[in-house]
Amino acid sequence: MIDAAGIAFQIVQSVLAVLIGPLYVGWVNQCRAWLQNRSGPGLLQPYYMLARLFHKEPVIAEHASPLFRATPYVLFGCMWLAGGIVPALATDLPFAPAADIIALVGVFALARVFLSLAALDIGTSFGGLGARREMMVGFLAEPAMLMTLFTAAFISNSTALTTIVETLAHREFAIYPSLAFAAVAFLMVLLAENARVPVDNPATHLELTMIHEAMILEYSGRHLALIEWASAIKLFAYTAIGIALFAPWGIAEGSNWSALPVALVALAAKLVLAGAGLAALETVSAKFRLFRAPEFLSTAFLLAVLGMLIHFLGRG
Amino acid sequence: MTTSLSQQLVNLLAAALLLIAFAMLSQRRVLSLIRLFAWQGMALGASTAIVAYSTAQHHLYYSAALTVALKVVLLPWILHRLIDKLYVRWDVETLINIPTTMLVGIGLAIFAFALATPISEMASTVTHSTLGIALASVLLSFLMMIVRRKAVPQVIGFLSMENGLFFAATSATYGMPLVVELGVALDVLVGTFIFGIFFFHIREQFDSLEIRHMEKLKED
Amino acid sequence: MEIALVFGIPLLGGLVLALVGHKRWAPEVNALMSFATFCAAALLTAKVVADGPMTALDEQFFVDPFNVFLVALTAFVGFTTALFSRPYMRIEEHHGRVNAARLRLYHSMYQLFSFTMVLCLLSNNVGILWVALEGATLSTVLLVSLYRTPASLEAAWKYFILCSVGIAQALFGVILLYFAAEKVLGPGGTSLLWTHLYDVRHQLEPTVLSLAFVFLLVGYGTKVGLVPLHNWLPDAHAEGPTPISAVLSGLLLNVALYAVVRSKVLVDGALGTGFSGNLMMGFGLLSVVVAAFFLSRQKDIKRMFAYSSIEHMGIMTFAFGMGGQVAAFAGLLHMTVHSLTKSAIFFAVGHAAQKVGTQVMDDIRGLVEISPRVGWGLALGTFAILGMPPFGVFASEFMILTTAMHEHSWATPFLLAALGVAFAAIFRKVQPMVFGETTAARLPHPPALAPVFVHLALVLMLGLYIPPYLAGWYRQAAALIG
Repeated sequence: MIDAAGIAFQIVQSVLAVLIGPLYVGWVNQCRAWLQNRSGPGLLQPYYMLARLFHKEPVIAEHASPLFRATPYVLFGCMWLAGGIVPALATDLPFAPAADIIALVGVFALARVFLSLAALDIGTSFGGLGARREMMVGFLAEPAMLMTLFTAAFISNSTALTTIVETLAHREFAIYPSLAFAAVAFLMVLLAENARVPVDNPATHLELTMIHEAMILEYSGRHLALIEWASAIKLFAYTAIGIALFAPWGIAEGSNWSALPVALVALAAKLVLAGAGLAALETVSAKFRLFRAPEFLSTAFLLAVLGMLIHFLGRG
Repeated sequence: MTTSLSQQLVNLLAAALLLIAFAMLSQRRVLSLIRLFAWQGMALGASTAIVAYSTAQHHLYYSAALTVALKVVLLPWILHRLIDKLYVRWDVETLINIPTTMLVGIGLAIFAFALATPISEMASTVTHSTLGIALASVLLSFLMMIVRRKAVPQVIGFLSMENGLFFAATSATYGMPLVVELGVALDVLVGTFIFGIFFFHIREQFDSLEIRHMEKLKED
Repeated sequence: MEIALVFGIPLLGGLVLALVGHKRWAPEVNALMSFATFCAAALLTAKVVADGPMTALDEQFFVDPFNVFLVALTAFVGFTTALFSRPYMRIEEHHGRVNAARLRLYHSMYQLFSFTMVLCLLSNNVGILWVALEGATLSTVLLVSLYRTPASLEAAWKYFILCSVGIAQALFGVILLYFAAEKVLGPGGTSLLWTHLYDVRHQLEPTVLSLAFVFLLVGYGTKVGLVPLHNWLPDAHAEGPTPISAVLSGLLLNVALYAVVRSKVLVDGALGTGFSGNLMMGFGLLSVVVAAFFLSRQKDIKRMFAYSSIEHMGIMTFAFGMGGQVAAFAGLLHMTVHSLTKSAIFFAVGHAAQKVGTQVMDDIRGLVEISPRVGWGLALGTFAILGMPPFGVFASEFMILTTAMHEHSWATPFLLAALGVAFAAIFRKVQPMVFGETTAARLPHPPALAPVFVHLALVLMLGLYIPPYLAGWYRQAAALIG
């Protein structure tokens, strides 16, 4: 089964996920700056920042346990794995059977647990606060995410992400109300999970509202760099899942070398569009008060469940 | 399963109808509620027209036109006039917080779908799969009437319940005989007028449109 | 022709009184219109007795022994209530509780209410029946709030919301019924006609019909006042004008029950099981028991008799639920005697409350002393409604109980206990009101007590002797629904 093309695709995608993540974040920030009539920091700014952080010496709290030190690596590993197995470029990925959609959500959850534990580990009040808020978001976002993925899984009768994408890419054009519901729900989960604007604001450190930033306040140097990098890969991975589920056209299928350039161009185009869309969305929406976040996410959950129900109803 | 475009459109509109029902449930503002109600009427009229077109049932065109005239134009206009006169643009209070309401709503939707499945399997109409959605929106409107405290949202809940019933009629049976539909429309219209008269009476007596003031009659 | 007259006259009356309802002589016009309706109903009855069941106006209306007897009853009680309301509303106006404009609304709506009820009964179309029943709610809701007091507004709002929601469920049931009928009879107007549905009832899809019946029972059951959907009923009865309480209790509840029974016949035909009967028996028994226990806690006299109505509607629902000719016969008889007795009681109660200026039972004392006729009317009415022999209520309750003992012996203890509790509660409250030290005052207009005694005389007669044509009539109707 595993052939050269598959291995090559896997390597290209894994490397791409790691390298392209910061660029994608840079593009989103750039678009946001343009939309706000600013000139923007430039596309490569996230790379400069990572480089700068890697050159700094990490400062670690006196009472930090090994868990605190290990977390950035775990986080980075999880996200890299996720970025590697989401079929963004090709569906013939040898690693993909390692995790179906349920395990994928599990991988994200693992990262979340480690980050929250690390935040609690130091014992500062901000860490505990951030961890609590993160869990509040997580316990609603995860089921919503699962429901979204299940809707797609029911359409293609498989929980393997690659099979789902192959099925969806080949379907004839039809209006799937269930997928439309799932898409909206997924978008809401994406915003919440990646600490984007209506739920969290990655650009500020406002103690009343921050979630993600509150957890990583104590990190510095290469640890912080790894966490930031992992966040960038996470955003990329989520976007890739969204693209794979709701706009899979142009993806390379089977062991076909010649499809790779097309797939690359298609992915680049879709990422550019997705990033611009994300930036636009963040610009037009205002951040919620924190206690409205559960409402936001329960709406996402509701939409996902509705999508699934409507799928069954449409079939019956 | 191959489905025609018109059926897909009806399914999509049905999904939109259900989504609007949920949106109404989560809505806090009276004005937005009225707007949502008008949209629901629009979706209902559009789906009726599509069913009429795809099945060549001409009397459905009349009911589609009636729906649009009554539920998109006339009733929202009356409601707007009412709240303008009564100054009730403030937020709607709910008895249960909104996420809980939504979860209860999901439960109701699942219940409705389960109830409707054996029946939709028997239906021969192209739109049979939407019966569950119709029942779900009826139950959701019912829920909305229960959890809202103010009189105006309760009335909107009642009207949207009627929307759900109307949708059930088109989706299960291609619509009731026209004479019945006219009668139902007349009842709804008269009912809305009476509701309007009521609002003024209630406000005269209680200085507010909160149902909370009207809990005096109880068994002691 | 007679059919058109029966519902044409009240419709015309409603329109005429909308214009002249505030005039001095409007109550007389109201009574005259009701009398004309009664005459038309009598003509129709005579014709049906002579010619048998018939349909009219492109099959949109039909008459059979079941509904013609209800039409006659409705027209009769509508007429006597109009007679009662003539002095009653004048006294209310004198007391300043209503003004001319509200009287116009009252008279016009009274006629329209009669119209919707007759339309309900005579319509052959399930959908039109629904429309008319909703129309009955709409026409009475502004009457319940006629006094514009906070309590009456609250009662009317509750009445409106609960009945509208309930009847919306019934519409869903009607849709399901149409859905099942369409498969057998084909699309179009005929699929909703009772007469056609009745002929094909064995071919209707059982699953759909059982679900439809649940919705219909819940929907129309709200209007019948079945527990736990009864909340609106005591409030609406207590806060509205007494003539409206009388027609709500005596007529509207019957009409709603009529709709339930008609649906049950169809569903039984399709299912061939006791599903619908069991549901009705369950709801009926629950209503009887709950209402009986609420009776003793009441302070307001009209409220108490409203609960008594719930109890009796429960008994009827139970009787029709049991099925069989004897039970159906008893149910129909009970419908008749309950309508007559309960409206008579409300007439007496209305005047009693006007005399003492309150509806609180503790403040009403010694009616016999100040006005023997009101006092005795109330006393006799109470005896009758409690099922004392020789009144007709005793006969019908006795038949229902014996049938229940034969066929559903588990239910008899509940029924007997509930009847006992109700007896104790009502008797204990009414006794000091009728006898004892007086508190009442003179009325500015002479009260109309003839209707009270006419009703009670009829109930007494039905307890002692049922005329053969009436019995034959009941038997035919019972055969139709049993």
